[in-house]
Amino acid sequence: MSEVKTLSTSAPIAMSRPLLGWTFHDSVVIARSTILASFRIPEALFFQLIQPVIFVLLFAYVFGGAIPIPGAEPGSAADSSLYRQYLMPGIFGQTVAFAAAASTVGLAEAMQKGIIDRYKALPMSQSAALIGNTLANALRQILVLAVLSITGYIVGWRINDGILNAVYAYLLLLLFAYTVTWVGAFVGLSVPNTETANTAGLIWIFPLTFLSNAFVPIDSLPGVLKAFAAFNPVSSLVLATRELFGNPTGYAPGADPEFWSLQHPILYTIISCTVVIGIFAPLAIRKYRSVSRR
Amino acid sequence: MAKEDAVHAEGLVKEFGEVTALDGLDLVVPRGKVVGLLGPNGSGKTTTVRILATLLKPTKGVAYVNGFNVEKQSDQVRHSIGLTGQYAAVDEFLTGRENLRMFGDLYHLAPAYVKDRSEELLEWFDLSEAADRPAKTYSGGMRRRLDLASSLIAKPSILFLDEPTTGLDPRSRLGLWGVIESLVAEGTTVLLTTQYLEEADKLADDIVVIDHGRVIAHGSADALKDQIGGDRIEVSVADLNRARDAQVVLGPIFGGESLITDSLISGPVSGGSTVLVDVVRLLDSQNIAIADLALRRPTLDDVFLSLTGHGAEDESVGNPTGRSKRGRNKS
Repeated sequence: MSEVKTLSTSAPIAMSRPLLGWTFHDSVVIARSTILASFRIPEALFFQLIQPVIFVLLFAYVFGGAIPIPGAEPGSAADSSLYRQYLMPGIFGQTVAFAAAASTVGLAEAMQKGIIDRYKALPMSQSAALIGNTLANALRQILVLAVLSITGYIVGWRINDGILNAVYAYLLLLLFAYTVTWVGAFVGLSVPNTETANTAGLIWIFPLTFLSNAFVPIDSLPGVLKAFAAFNPVSSLVLATRELFGNPTGYAPGADPEFWSLQHPILYTIISCTVVIGIFAPLAIRKYRSVSRR
Repeated sequence: MAKEDAVHAEGLVKEFGEVTALDGLDLVVPRGKVVGLLGPNGSGKTTTVRILATLLKPTKGVAYVNGFNVEKQSDQVRHSIGLTGQYAAVDEFLTGRENLRMFGDLYHLAPAYVKDRSEELLEWFDLSEAADRPAKTYSGGMRRRLDLASSLIAKPSILFLDEPTTGLDPRSRLGLWGVIESLVAEGTTVLLTTQYLEEADKLADDIVVIDHGRVIAHGSADALKDQIGGDRIEVSVADLNRARDAQVVLGPIFGGESLITDSLISGPVSGGSTVLVDVVRLLDSQNIAIADLALRRPTLDDVFLSLTGHGAEDESVGNPTGRSKRGRNKS
């Protein structure tokens, strides 16, 4: 440290306060840093991209032949091609549900390392750390969805109902990703340490994605599970994207799903996302204000 | 008058469930001064800093930082302070420069200003070469410097340093002390917590000794040392069998208050270094050879021992896994 040099003593120059306060500005700063940091963790990025690709290959080539899709002769070439069309929206849905994991682990780590303490001692917006983090983790799904779509294309998945509907499908997937990152944020701030965040903190995502129509038509499920799967927003999300992409829905032509949530999958998905954000965003922000490093 | 001081806290109490971390703590940090908050682990140092930095609300009591009430005017307090904890809280996946930019932006400073200030701080902290490497690749000392640089981005007038050199090697510690001294020379007020007595002795104008969430002594390092008596002489004789003789010979100098442990005789003296000559002369007259001889001022360790009945760094009691537990049970 060079004692000869001195620091300038001129007063710091502040930005002028935006009309609506600092929350937006601060959230963008946090989101930018979070995205930047995520590209510095090649392992994490690799797994986030590779895991869904493995699922595509596994389901398309291993399980695919054993799962019949209405409208094709079981075991036929047409059936396995249909299954891959049916499968891809399921993988999309499952993948965006796992966006929650990044928020859970990221915030648990930030807390353990004292970064959240530092944020809280700054004159920044107190909700921005969470809005920025969830936003970053949802936006990162754009890259993941791009890689998945290419993989899907290679195994035979197609967009069959026009570009505009496909854009709606992707937007719906991103909305869902943003929704679960808020749940993930709440969980990440509630677990005692990063180890727990990495294990117990993620466990809820598995039943959420597997007790759905992501991989098999839910009509084969027993009563209670079937009702759960029907009102599981993952199911409505997956069905909505199947319809928007023009992929097989798992229902024979003319046969309507028996549950309201699946009769109006786009509406139901948007409603459930709104409700979940409406519950978990305030909960997570309240938690953030009260936590301190453990 | 509370508002004139950089920090003014009265009767701070903090309870975590059954545990009382702070038990009526009073603290004043005058502007431009360095006050060292000294105490063992669990004595309430970190809790005090966290309350002053608006991270915790006190159960009872009131505190002003830069004239602002920490509970009611937390935003103004946050504008006035820089906080550096014992855990270098920087984003390890961001580079040094990116970290400074992020914190500068979050202080709502103009982008051009943040850019210039970052360059200046990176240079000042000897981090220019490493500025574009992720902080993950930094050494412990470098991370701590980046952490401190991040707290300085908005030129806070008051700096809270919570155990700033814990876990650093001696060279990095000296480097950081140099930085802190320069900041103080430029007028920054510093509240420093430490469990290193040497650190408080070196950096602080005033030392507040706390234990069990209460102030047990307060004053300059010298005043605290005087409180437990003056200098001591320690003399070690070469021949263990002559130790008794030596104690008898030196009796007049120590005024009969000497202690003997194996070949080491020690006792209080007055008159400073001229006494050393007398000791040598007396022992020489009896042909007692000296192995070692020292005039020792009491250290803050002695102060702590005499004030609390236990040493300042005595943390092993009931806690064999010291290091990992330390982070968690911070109070």
